[in-house]
Amino acid sequence: MGDFPSRSASTNAGGPGVTARHIRSAGNGVSPIPPDDRPPLGGGSALPRKSRFSLETGFKGLSTAAGAMVLVIIVAIAIFLISKAVPALNANDESFLTAKEWFPNETPPHFGIAALAFGTLLTSVIALLVAVPIALGIALFLSHYAPKRLATPLGFVIDLLAAVPSVVFGLWGRDVFSQPVQHFSEWLNKYFSWIPLFGGDGPFGRSILLGSLVLAIMVLPIVTSLSREVFQQTPGMNEDAALALGATKWEMIRTAVLPYGKPGVIAAVMLGLGRALGETIALALTLGTTFVISFNLIQSGGNSIAANIANTFGEANATGRGALIASGLVLFAITLVVNMAARAIIYRRREFRDSAA
Amino acid sequence: MAKRIEASGVSSYYGSFKAIDGISMTVEPKTITALIGPSGCGKSTFLRSINRMHEVLPNARIEGRLTIDDQNIYDPDVDVTAVRRMIGMVFQRPNPFPTMSIYENVVAGLKLNGVKKKSVLDDAAEKSLKSANLWDEVKDRLNRPGAGLSGGQQQRLCIARTIAVEPQVVLMDEPCSALDPISTLAIEDLMFKLKDRFTIIIVTHNMQQAARVSDKTGFFSIDKTGEPGRLIEYDDTQKIFSNPTEKKTEDYITGRFG
Repeated sequence: MGDFPSRSASTNAGGPGVTARHIRSAGNGVSPIPPDDRPPLGGGSALPRKSRFSLETGFKGLSTAAGAMVLVIIVAIAIFLISKAVPALNANDESFLTAKEWFPNETPPHFGIAALAFGTLLTSVIALLVAVPIALGIALFLSHYAPKRLATPLGFVIDLLAAVPSVVFGLWGRDVFSQPVQHFSEWLNKYFSWIPLFGGDGPFGRSILLGSLVLAIMVLPIVTSLSREVFQQTPGMNEDAALALGATKWEMIRTAVLPYGKPGVIAAVMLGLGRALGETIALALTLGTTFVISFNLIQSGGNSIAANIANTFGEANATGRGALIASGLVLFAITLVVNMAARAIIYRRREFRDSAA
Repeated sequence: MAKRIEASGVSSYYGSFKAIDGISMTVEPKTITALIGPSGCGKSTFLRSINRMHEVLPNARIEGRLTIDDQNIYDPDVDVTAVRRMIGMVFQRPNPFPTMSIYENVVAGLKLNGVKKKSVLDDAAEKSLKSANLWDEVKDRLNRPGAGLSGGQQQRLCIARTIAVEPQVVLMDEPCSALDPISTLAIEDLMFKLKDRFTIIIVTHNMQQAARVSDKTGFFSIDKTGEPGRLIEYDDTQKIFSNPTEKKTEDYITGRFG
């Protein structure tokens, strides 16, 4: 790197900043300038003992207890659920994991989770396929294209959408939105019935499609506002760097904004998926309540774990409630797997993200 | 590989605020021009006006005429991205793309401009990193994140990224202000080397740096806060630092002002 003696020799700024007064006050127990009887804050006499019980230890205990509380609650719920589910599962006449029908209240009870789990996953996945591209588009528009005067109120409206109770979405989906979806389904069936997704002879309407679209609308605000947050946090200097390399606005977004926001977007999608998987009342109102495994999206039918719990809990007997609780455990397991997969994706490029901080 | 920049009567605005007023100067090819002056005098604004990065900010606009080899940079028919490819920029703080590896950072500009062939990208990466005096330090870890390098290395990575696009002019906005003296020296050595191929304009707060590296020096100043910055004197670096014409320049470089 060459030699540079004159330069390093002249840099004494920030060196050992010792003034005469500092030297005097250090050590030897003599306070330098006693203004009054109060010892100076930096000490001056013997080192005081640390107090054994202080706000510090108290707060540490408090936060530890709060953390431990989560574990206690989770374990308690798990024990409760399992203890209720096991007797029902033992009474089951069929294989719980592979059977499709749901008759836990009969004697002998026979029920299985397969159709419900399938419906849960199918509606959630379709909802995400619909919602995520739209949400990312809105988020990018709000963070990088819209003038501020428009972006702020529009962002507010999106957040408002997240505050609408799901039963409202459900009723709206059942009573209002089902009409256009039904017409759309009939149109799809007329021209595209050669695709199995859009086959069948009707009736159409309260279908997987309707449930998924309502779910998509519910998931949209979560994914949008979180993605907008992370897109807005893209360092301006990285955007400048991309632009200065001759990037157009979209290329700049592709080079600087999207890669930077990727972990955040994945987290947002997973939160959306969590909501979609667990959504209960909206699906209970819009799905057709059948117990079949079919990729047909437009025929009336479909069901999900949570919707089934809402629909049948009321008239369930002891075994029936146990069966529903067992189905809830399955939903819990699905959610867990999804979340762990998301974490794995985020951590895979962790090195890049952390060194950027 | 190097072009002449000519500014005549350039004024830049942020909304209604006029940041610089009537700047006129000619920068010859394959020279290093230093812009010095107190903070807030519009050096960086002028620099960002040259490659049209000024207009990225909302409500920012410029008046006057800026040309590169007699082509108007602000011609409405000119593609702004082409201007920025032709006039590269290195920023004050090292800003490698945090999600990209060293290699990906260097070839980012080429990829943006549609170069896909691996062999071309590999060659460009090696050549640019060598030009930026960084190759020996990073050749064994090209796939490591660019943000994991030291500050000085990151800045040289940014220079490599800029010259990989093969611009005509390289603008540097206080490229060493976040770096320690050793890294600063490395960048200055690099500038001498790059002078053979590029026209370089550097904004710096460090007058020793301006005196060391530049052929010509422009001194910017403002009368008081809120007033637009003006180009007080523009001449050979030798002359500016030994025998400036303007009293203000002399006061500034001798430390009596600013």
